[in-house]
Amino acid sequence: MKIVINILENIAGIEIYPIISMLLFFIFFILVTYVTLRTNESEIEEMSRMPLDHDNDLSSKPHSN
Amino acid sequence: MELQKFTYDNKLSNLFLWATVIWGVVGMLVGLIAALELIFPQMSGNLPWLVYSRIRPLHTNAVIFAFVGNGIFTAVYYSMPRLLKTPMYSKLLGGIHFWGWQLIIVLAALTLPFGFTQSKEYAELIWPIDVLVVLIWVVFGLNMIMTLVKRRVKHIYVSIWFYLATWVTIAVLYITNNLVIPTSFTHSYPIYAGIQDALVQWWYGHNAVAFFLTTPILGMMYYFIPKAANRPIYSYKLSIIHFWALIFLYIWAGPHHLLYSALPDWAQALGVVFSVMLIAPSWGGMINGLLTLRGAWDKVREDPVLKMFVVAVTAYGMATFEGPMLSLKTVNAMSHFTDWTIAHVHIGTLGWNSMMNFGMIYWLVPRLFNTKLWSTKLANVHFWIATLGMLFFSIPLYFAGFTQALMWKQFTTEGFLAYPNFLETVTQILPMYYLRAFGGSLYIIGALMFVYNVVKTAQAGSFVRFEHASAPAKELPKAKEGFHRRLEGRPLQFTLAALVVILIGGLLEIVPMYLVKENVPTISAVKPYTPLELEGRDIYIREGCYLCHSQMIRPFRSETERYGEYTKAGETVYDHPFLFGSKRTGPDLSREGEKTLPNYKPNSWHFNHMQNPRKMSPGSIMPAYPWLIENEIDLSHTVAKINAMIKLGVPYGDGYADQAVADLNAQAEQIVVDLQANGIQVDKNKEIIALIAYLQRLGTDVYKNK
Repeated sequence: MKIVINILENIAGIEIYPIISMLLFFIFFILVTYVTLRTNESEIEEMSRMPLDHDNDLSSKPHSN
Repeated sequence: MELQKFTYDNKLSNLFLWATVIWGVVGMLVGLIAALELIFPQMSGNLPWLVYSRIRPLHTNAVIFAFVGNGIFTAVYYSMPRLLKTPMYSKLLGGIHFWGWQLIIVLAALTLPFGFTQSKEYAELIWPIDVLVVLIWVVFGLNMIMTLVKRRVKHIYVSIWFYLATWVTIAVLYITNNLVIPTSFTHSYPIYAGIQDALVQWWYGHNAVAFFLTTPILGMMYYFIPKAANRPIYSYKLSIIHFWALIFLYIWAGPHHLLYSALPDWAQALGVVFSVMLIAPSWGGMINGLLTLRGAWDKVREDPVLKMFVVAVTAYGMATFEGPMLSLKTVNAMSHFTDWTIAHVHIGTLGWNSMMNFGMIYWLVPRLFNTKLWSTKLANVHFWIATLGMLFFSIPLYFAGFTQALMWKQFTTEGFLAYPNFLETVTQILPMYYLRAFGGSLYIIGALMFVYNVVKTAQAGSFVRFEHASAPAKELPKAKEGFHRRLEGRPLQFTLAALVVILIGGLLEIVPMYLVKENVPTISAVKPYTPLELEGRDIYIREGCYLCHSQMIRPFRSETERYGEYTKAGETVYDHPFLFGSKRTGPDLSREGEKTLPNYKPNSWHFNHMQNPRKMSPGSIMPAYPWLIENEIDLSHTVAKINAMIKLGVPYGDGYADQAVADLNAQAEQIVVDLQANGIQVDKNKEIIALIAYLQRLGTDVYKNK
């Protein structure tokens, strides 16, 4: 561990990493948004209905005695 | 296509559900005891295990890991099989998970009140229990991932992404924050020290809020609100975007717990920026939850389940707006160390977490027991009393926070502190502490109604252990599919992607902190603690002193006037663990030992004060610690402790451990002689001597050069 620390602490300007990360976030965010918005509407609709899509289980028929 | 038949086994969700109910009441009652002890400090009497500073971690751990934790597992074990159309992978793993988790809770209850603690907030459990937590967590994760592999559906619903992100992130956080060197079976020192330890701890602490109290509850929200309202989530696309944004941003926000501390400015700035940005994904989730109910508000009027969910999601929205505001440095300058934080946290816990749990259980019990809720009326009363209880709890604490912060910062026209005696600022807000206890009591009365109602419901029906279902066999993924479609179709890769996303934040924030030497400028006057002071420090940790006393003077005139020089990073380099604290129910102790400061107290004062704080400070709400005068210092691990410190790089010098006990006795003798001169007879081997030695050392090093 010590060796690793010694090597890394000599990297000039390591403080720039957070800025890189901020950029990473923005790129990542734009990508996620782009991919999501391009997703097929019918698939989205299908996925959003997953919790309600229980044909045989009791939970779709509450209070049944 | 051929339909495959299978059964859902409700046993584990039912077990976790009742564990949630039981631990919820226990955790809240422990909280009420703590609240009452702040008003009636004599309440703990001579019982060490009942003292506020040992009970408070029990409360936080019980409500977080026992109440909310079991609630999360209830949701996971109920919703996952239904969303994936397959039973959970292994009943054995599920059973180990359930009983292992309950064992951890019991072990926590058997260690924390007895002073076995690591002192890091929400990471207090000692290392052998930590090992157990990690093992059980792995069992839980294995069961989830294997269930995903066996699924019969193509897509993985968003709730499950939240469960997976929870699992992977908590694993990383928990292990990183609990890396310690054991000195005995019940004691250890963290490998990090001072400001670095603080950064790791609050990276963990903040993300315990993010990934234990938020993401899994959002998973719960995305399943149970559509179920209860019988309509799909408002925007599934929004849920995808806010999921990734939330986990990416949350991991960075930890340093906002250390604003104006000795943490380097760049790290503080990062914490602020990412905290403010968090409003967007958090509100994305809130809006998505609330808008799901559009067109169903007539149901909300009647259904206690939906009422609970609406208040929960609203409280989530409030808390996630307030959080970023509190992380602005100007606001934080006022809010930090005051009851404002406690109020903020309880909007989150009493509002968001508990109401989600209550709503889910009110919805689930009738279904698990194939009957109707025993009393909708009682559930409605519970809803109102819980909402009022939350407000009665939090609003007075907001006022307490504002009042105390303003009093701390108030100067007279002559330029002196208007309230130089800290105690004045405490007695001023005591009425608010009464109201808080009242609000908490209301909330617990509501919780008891809830218990009665769900028990009655269960008794009225009969447990439906197995539910039969059928679904077509899984289709194989098609070759031409979108990127996210393919990613979410592969649970292992998905988990890995989530891991990478949170590691980017974690590593880029934490690693530079360790690597850049200028982050912790060394101060030559700062020396390691003597063996007696080290033992005293461990007693300070055992008793939980850090829960009410900070050791972090911020660079404000109002603080340097009151407490002395502001705290430097270099002063904390031998502090394994750091003891900055997060709340000032009592004054800061960073410079308690410095004789040149106006608040200096002699040894005899500390002796009498520990025996009975009200003898020295009439009106004080600090509990008495009379057992410190009776108990003898445990010297059996002193050598191991010194050796562990040497291993961690504390410069005691090779072989110092051999003379540690002799040095300890010599220093103790000096304090005994001083106490004798002031008419106090005490043996040098008593714990109070070590604690006094530690308190008298605090903050003195940097004054030696002056």
